[in-house]
Amino acid sequence: MSMATATAQPVERENYLNKHYGVGSWLLTTDHKRIALLYLISITFFFFIGGFFALLIRLELLTPAGDLVQADTYNKLFTMHGMVMIFFFLIPSIPAVLGNFLVPIMIGAKDLAFPRINLLSWYLYIIGGVMMLHCMLTGGVDTGWTFYTPFSTAFTNTKIVEAGLAIFVAGFSSILTGLNFIVTIHRMRAPGMTWSRLPLFIWAHYATSIIQILGTPVVAITIVLVAVERTLHLGIFDPKLGGDPLLFQHLFWFYSHPAVYIMILPSMGIVSEIIACFSRKRIFGYSFVAISSISIAVFGFLVWAHHMFVAGISVYAALVFSLLSYAVAVPSAVKVFNWTATLYKGSIRYDAPMLYAFGFLGLFTIGGLTGLFLASLGINVHVTDTYFVVAHFHYIMVGGALMGYLGGMHFWWPKISGKLYPEGWARLAALIVFIGFNLTFFPQFILGYVGMPRRYYQYPPEFQVLNVLSTAGATVLGIGYLLPMVYFLWSMRYGKPAPDNPWNAAGLEWQTQSPPTTFNFEEEPIVTWEAYNYEELDAPHNEEVPVAR
Amino acid sequence: MFDNFPLWPDRASTAAGNVDALFIFLIIVSGLMTALIFSAVIYFAARYRRRRGVLAEQIEGSTPLELTWSIIPLFVFMAIFAWGAVVYFKSRTPPRDSTEVYVVAKQWMWKLEHAEGQREINELHVPVGRDVKLIMTSQDVIHSFFVPAFRMKQDVLPGRYTVAWFRATKPGTYHLFCAEYCGTQHSGMIGSIIVQEPAQYEAWMSGGTTGPLSATGEKIFAELGCVTCHHTDSQGRGPNLQGVFGKPVQLADGRTVMADENYIRECILDPGAKRVKGFQPIMPTFQGLVSEEQVNALVAYIKSQSQPAAAGTKTAAAQQQPGPNKAGSQVQ
Repeated sequence: MSMATATAQPVERENYLNKHYGVGSWLLTTDHKRIALLYLISITFFFFIGGFFALLIRLELLTPAGDLVQADTYNKLFTMHGMVMIFFFLIPSIPAVLGNFLVPIMIGAKDLAFPRINLLSWYLYIIGGVMMLHCMLTGGVDTGWTFYTPFSTAFTNTKIVEAGLAIFVAGFSSILTGLNFIVTIHRMRAPGMTWSRLPLFIWAHYATSIIQILGTPVVAITIVLVAVERTLHLGIFDPKLGGDPLLFQHLFWFYSHPAVYIMILPSMGIVSEIIACFSRKRIFGYSFVAISSISIAVFGFLVWAHHMFVAGISVYAALVFSLLSYAVAVPSAVKVFNWTATLYKGSIRYDAPMLYAFGFLGLFTIGGLTGLFLASLGINVHVTDTYFVVAHFHYIMVGGALMGYLGGMHFWWPKISGKLYPEGWARLAALIVFIGFNLTFFPQFILGYVGMPRRYYQYPPEFQVLNVLSTAGATVLGIGYLLPMVYFLWSMRYGKPAPDNPWNAAGLEWQTQSPPTTFNFEEEPIVTWEAYNYEELDAPHNEEVPVAR
Repeated sequence: MFDNFPLWPDRASTAAGNVDALFIFLIIVSGLMTALIFSAVIYFAARYRRRRGVLAEQIEGSTPLELTWSIIPLFVFMAIFAWGAVVYFKSRTPPRDSTEVYVVAKQWMWKLEHAEGQREINELHVPVGRDVKLIMTSQDVIHSFFVPAFRMKQDVLPGRYTVAWFRATKPGTYHLFCAEYCGTQHSGMIGSIIVQEPAQYEAWMSGGTTGPLSATGEKIFAELGCVTCHHTDSQGRGPNLQGVFGKPVQLADGRTVMADENYIRECILDPGAKRVKGFQPIMPTFQGLVSEEQVNALVAYIKSQSQPAAAGTKTAAAQQQPGPNKAGSQVQ
């Protein structure tokens, strides 16, 4: 679609969008920026499918009785909502779109280390996505995205194996992206781009990549084991066949808890970039923020059984996992304090990306603090598997991750598209998303504490008022998410051309043209400055600012 | 006034107050942290908004400050952890003299059987002020026994027992929910816990019954021919089961295990797995031959063979003792 735009303006400089034309030039591209756009279109498609399911769920829950859809349909709706949103939207979202676009540019490289593998990873994602769509259109799955055994292996007659294989294939796309980032960050940094000069966005993606390549194979194996037990009746998880259902939960959460950090860490990286730029300051405690990303990735692997405190694990195992869960909360808290401290004595502007970053701070703080409730053994017993958990993880995975993603999309949109988005609409959308989000999910904390279990198709009448509030909020939130899609599309055709550095921001990506050329830089940049050198950028003698030529 | 808009769940067990106290503490702590962070963000955002000619002041960071805001939260977190652990430990440790109720979950109903023999479906009658221990298993998938008013939840697994306990404090009817997604009618797998004053409860209890669960178990024990090997002396081909329950057992492979509900259950369904030292592997498996309810009855019978005051119903007086956590047998 952007190709048509490019032809309309013959005066435009050559860039990655107008260098080649035709469907083939997109489907066979090895340019990380074009692959990022392929991902952007694909994940947006899946986001709206997942959102549509969410809408139906919220409509069903308007009344206590199960009256809009059948019970089985409802169960499939929340299952497919979870699977689509987690495996086909949130996990690829920031790394595969913004990470793909920015990681090479930010470190001064021409492309990722393995451009063809990068394209392969998109094809794997598409194959997995098509399999998932086929699965949904021919019956779907009703286990919840968690696939708990023995329900998934012996009791449901829905399409477990097909959905599992779809996730298995998409998982390899995630592994390859992570692998590509790690090699790229190690081997392709421009001269002078030392580890301590890396933008925090890169640190966050490095930490994310570690989780992707270490965690994803475990869930892949687990899915294969489920398929094997289901088709060949080999006893692995089903106690009737001599298996152990808790083994499944251990394996599943060993990936699926760190997977939450795959969603949130890149978002934290974006927030660091935005807050630095719109406060015109170096991030307070740069090295602590960088190290906290790595320690979240490491500790994230040691807390999985906090999903299982009432599942039948031993009291002593529960004690250890609760303790470690509090340990992982510390680096998250450190990040929030450092972002707040960065604002101190800054020179702050409230452009749309900054509003999204503020929104992130608000929602992530609430999501993180309610995590303290869930990590507490005594409280966990009461609130686990209730709407309290639903609210908590939406605050992190949707509130946090999606706020960061949208903030990043606005921040780098001029670079990606070469066009400016309408600022007024963008600020309005940020506000609507923030209000709609809280209206949707805050009542669910109360709903959970008063005892409404999750995945309930019908519920006792006393829970109705809170459910109606939540559904009302969801419609507001829906509008908030639709708006950016509309004005981003609008801006591709009608938006003003973007200058190379509309925010006067630090970072190599702003020193190349908008949109960048296929190989990003005219010449390999040589880095002689620290990250977030806003002091030099804003200094009165602006000519001395080092530039990449 | 909040009948249709509850903001706080009923508080009807001894555990509920403990959980609520911790919950309120956490609301205060996180409320303070939220207020601190939000007011700092809002104040800085307003105070340091961009002004012409005013540059940002670059501050590199501060290791003492980083340590402060790492270590103070860490200590706060450790306090929350410790408090939560204490509450959890209490909720996981059934008092020794609890009244026992066997629970069998299946898609999509709860079957409950009192040690005294009363059977109920999707309803459980319990008296105020008595410790009730639930010994639970599932016939099919994983379920979860959740009573919000008691702040109590425990997953119910196929192929093993899990245990939960509570002591109700307030008469009334409370929701019982299945909290682990279990298929089509998951949200229909609900019931009621009916808490009664002791007198009312005794009246309810005296209604029709087939006799204590252990007596049913004794009958099954005889019918299945268990008695042919498990004698009440040391001459049988199988171990003497009197006095076994709650004691350590030496296994043929050298290990020692505690003879709890799960061990007895496993021995019935998979006798070879943990064979007692000094006995031949001659016992056949009863997997598929006995229902979950029959296994429960057998377990109740074997337990009754290890109680000093003979088998059967315990006196209510024994239940009135305070002090719950006397190292009850932990079945996990």
